[in-house]
Amino acid sequence: MARIIGGITSSHIPAIGMAMDKGLEQTPYWKTFFDAYPPVRHWLEEQKPDIAVIFYNDHGLEFFLDKKPTFAIGTAPVYHNADEGWGIKPIPPVTGETELSWHMVNTLIDDEFDITVCQEMRVDHGLTVPLSLMWPGHNYQHIKVIPVCINCERHPMPSPKRSFKLGQSIGKAIESWDSDEKVVIFGTGGLSHQLDGERAGFINTGFDKYCMDQIIPNPEALTRYSNDDLVDIAGAQGVELNMWLGMRGALTGDLKLLHSNYHVPISNTGAGLMLIENK
Amino acid sequence: MTVTRQPAPGTVKFDGPMATAGYALNKMCYSFNAASAREAFSQDERGYCEQFGLTEAQTKAILERDVLALLKLGGSIYYLAKFAGLLGLSVQDVGGLQTGMSTDEFKARLLKYGEN
Repeated sequence: MARIIGGITSSHIPAIGMAMDKGLEQTPYWKTFFDAYPPVRHWLEEQKPDIAVIFYNDHGLEFFLDKKPTFAIGTAPVYHNADEGWGIKPIPPVTGETELSWHMVNTLIDDEFDITVCQEMRVDHGLTVPLSLMWPGHNYQHIKVIPVCINCERHPMPSPKRSFKLGQSIGKAIESWDSDEKVVIFGTGGLSHQLDGERAGFINTGFDKYCMDQIIPNPEALTRYSNDDLVDIAGAQGVELNMWLGMRGALTGDLKLLHSNYHVPISNTGAGLMLIENK
Repeated sequence: MTVTRQPAPGTVKFDGPMATAGYALNKMCYSFNAASAREAFSQDERGYCEQFGLTEAQTKAILERDVLALLKLGGSIYYLAKFAGLLGLSVQDVGGLQTGMSTDEFKARLLKYGEN
């Protein structure tokens, strides 16, 4: 059976992609943030996962409000990035994985997650920035990616509890897939931030650290929140914690934190990086 | 009847009714993913707003770069970000505009989070 070797959390904000485009990684503002990533890259080089399941949210590239799925999954052999309107350079195509993604679709729908299935979809910075962070220089084409997209834009959104359960179903699917492939799960986005309104710039470092402390031993401490709670506690875009909970739901083995870093601020955000081994 | 909880002050919850009010505005901003649309808007801002059927209040807020008004008229920050990008504004510039600070003051406030 396929094996889930671990989970990785990372911010996905566009400013990171722009900093990489401009080669700013070692400038004073960015250095501490980027210097946290080599141990994760090293682990990926050593472990050589075949597939990355990436929980992310679309920010108005593939999906508009006319038809916006609550949960969506890609089953395409390849995914393209494209112009998002504000200057981040599109990156080369991302390799997909059709067989496991269809197996995931079957399991999810059996489990009563009536997910939107996308045989073609453009993937935005929510997915591409973490890929670029893990495999800089666009060296990610060897890894087969399965995008799992969660609505974090328009209320009502799936709850933290539901996002966690989605992850559990995905974990079950992967571990029942007849293959010897190794899979890593990414929970992208977060942590606290708010871009909109007079409250723009709100960050809650205490809550961010609490999330990072609790997500391995006690995810129920986080799934008890509603999205309204998260907006209040972690800012309007703090609901991106749902992608972390999707990732966490898929990890059901013995978990060990191999590496972790919290850096604030990156742009308007508290950025949490975690590398979690699953055995 | 669904009871809607009020979010923290300074936050406009982008929910169904707001998405209804802001649909044309957000659709216009979504079009800015295409360079040709950004160009067309820059050539004739009012005409471009009319083409998408924005209300007069939304059009005025677009022409005046009034981000807070756009949010209150149904704009989603994810689409307004594309409008801001077209204007060459960063999220910190937009943060400053919404909070009545200069961009530098807004950035300085963010940096304070890192001091503890």
